[in-house]
Amino acid sequence: MTDSAARILLIGYGNPGRRDDGLGPQLAAEFEALALPGVAVDADYQLTVEDAAALAEHEVVIFADAAVAGSTPFYFHRLEPQDGVTFSTHSITPAAVLGLARDLFGARPAAYVLGIRGYEFDEFGETLSAGARANLAAAVQFLQQALVTGSFTEFGCGPAETPADRTRGNGDT
Amino acid sequence: MVATTMKNGLKRVIIEPVTRVEGHGKVSILLDQQNKVQQARLHIVEFRGFERFIQGRPYWEVPVLVQRLCGICPVSHHLAAAKAMDRIVGGEKLTPPAEKVRRLMHYGQMFQSHALHFFHLVSPDLLFGFDADPAIRNVIGVAAKYPDLAVQGVMMRKYGQEVIRITAGKKIHGTGAIPGGVNKNVSIEERDFLLKDLDQMVDWSRAALKLVKDYTTEHLEKLAPFGSFDSSHLSLVRADGAMDLYHGNLRAIDFQGKKIFDQVDYQQYLDYIQEEVRPWSYMKFPFIKSLGPETGWYRVGPLARVNACDFIDTPEAEAARQEFMALTKGKPNNISMAYHWTRIIELLHSIEKIKDLLHDQDLQGTDLVVKGPRRSEAVGLIEAPRGTLFHHYKVNDQDQVVMANLIVSTTNNNEPMNRAVQRVCADHLSGHEITEGLLNHVEVAIRAYDPCLSCATHALGRMPLVVELYDHAGQLLDRRARGTC
Repeated sequence: MTDSAARILLIGYGNPGRRDDGLGPQLAAEFEALALPGVAVDADYQLTVEDAAALAEHEVVIFADAAVAGSTPFYFHRLEPQDGVTFSTHSITPAAVLGLARDLFGARPAAYVLGIRGYEFDEFGETLSAGARANLAAAVQFLQQALVTGSFTEFGCGPAETPADRTRGNGDT
Repeated sequence: MVATTMKNGLKRVIIEPVTRVEGHGKVSILLDQQNKVQQARLHIVEFRGFERFIQGRPYWEVPVLVQRLCGICPVSHHLAAAKAMDRIVGGEKLTPPAEKVRRLMHYGQMFQSHALHFFHLVSPDLLFGFDADPAIRNVIGVAAKYPDLAVQGVMMRKYGQEVIRITAGKKIHGTGAIPGGVNKNVSIEERDFLLKDLDQMVDWSRAALKLVKDYTTEHLEKLAPFGSFDSSHLSLVRADGAMDLYHGNLRAIDFQGKKIFDQVDYQQYLDYIQEEVRPWSYMKFPFIKSLGPETGWYRVGPLARVNACDFIDTPEAEAARQEFMALTKGKPNNISMAYHWTRIIELLHSIEKIKDLLHDQDLQGTDLVVKGPRRSEAVGLIEAPRGTLFHHYKVNDQDQVVMANLIVSTTNNNEPMNRAVQRVCADHLSGHEITEGLLNHVEVAIRAYDPCLSCATHALGRMPLVVELYDHAGQLLDRRARGTC
């Protein structure tokens, strides 16, 4: 992780050995190289409970992951803590880790999920598909702009939504 | 839930997926004409092709590449592959600094994995009861009612991850272990950073042990038969019979403690262990060759390790082991729910080992890599949190991997998990109604083994799920795949 005193935490997660599932870590690597001031970058295979402690140390948290559906090239949504649990044995969803940060540490960072559309997941391989690479480039450009300006505006639709499902708004923090 | 009446009058009831167990889990129950359980099966879908993915890659890349196999236990794969590649480069006799850095990494992995499993998966079952509403019986419920305990779980997991970060380099592309050694030592500053919270971790481990011990002894009448059965047990042990989670020789004992084999060099594992393919399962069923597939299956993991070893070489964990073994008068404990108690004995052992290592100046040593005569074939074996993990490779003269075979811990526990599910279903199912209670019991039984069903593909909006329907003769009747949810 870079810049431990940062206000913003960017977590890119996924498995770089599963083709487009590596979109999250690849995005993290690109922002690690950019070294934006005030932005800490972390990468992991998946989210786990201890991420709640890291969330509690930041004002803004962005979860970046590959998406199998939803808007192309990506969607960017405000995230609320989850009260219930869809918690498998060892990994945890962004909303649930946000809920743990709230319940265990009293932390309420502004949180966003960046879902970058991917296409190839069901094979081992360390390269992104051409479509995923293009979507990643668009997501990097969007997120860099947001991080530099501090203006986090929601964009696109998640996997189970249509445009009408969403009440669009400015998620500025 | 799906109920299907088959041509022979048997009903197959399928519960899927197993809640709070990653994606690819499915349980099928086969009923007879009297609606009694004839057969219950746990289906785990493994991604195939990883061995092929490795083939053609240079051997020195493998300890990093294999971490892609599993997002749950990348460190275990990292170290098992590194141990195999040590032999490929003739460097299996590591320098003391290299071995101690690797052991520190491994105990960090064991500590964080066991803490996660206990505090965030098992403690809800213990604190609220098996039959409690799943909406409460989870980590959020624990956070609400027992916030101190939930925080302890998070901070213990975090501590273990810090040990891994310092020894492996980083979380996602850990490169610490290389063929013949390690690529970095532990600096004084890093050591002091880990020492800062060490005493707290020891105290919390002791408290966790008391919690699970008290719970188990108080509820023994209910827990003893729950998903339980006699079995053999397999694990590594040190030459003197001590528990050794990083290195040793293979020992197998039967359900009464009689040795089936002992001090077997795991380079010869193929002479002792065989894998059976069954038509209804994607996951193989390993067994001890000399006993055959019917009776040669075995348990691995914390329960097997505590049963199989003669002693533990750290004082508090050894005292805990003796107390645990007294429950069965020194004989192997075959209670599935006893996995939890033994897991916490290992948690305490791991933090005791971490403490010893952090006070060892070899961690700051600079002699980190050895090499010797080159080999073309090697096996690396380690006791991962969930059990014995086998990595077997062949490498050609151009340094490319030409063969890879992996037997992961959850595969070793395949038959025992099926037995546990069978026992729970037989004890708790009547008719063909799947009650919430039965679902809870099946879940609790599977969780005792802490299976890793993760293929580490978890992309947003996706919960890969495959449903297959077989008749009693093993014929596929239907297959349905669902890629999104």
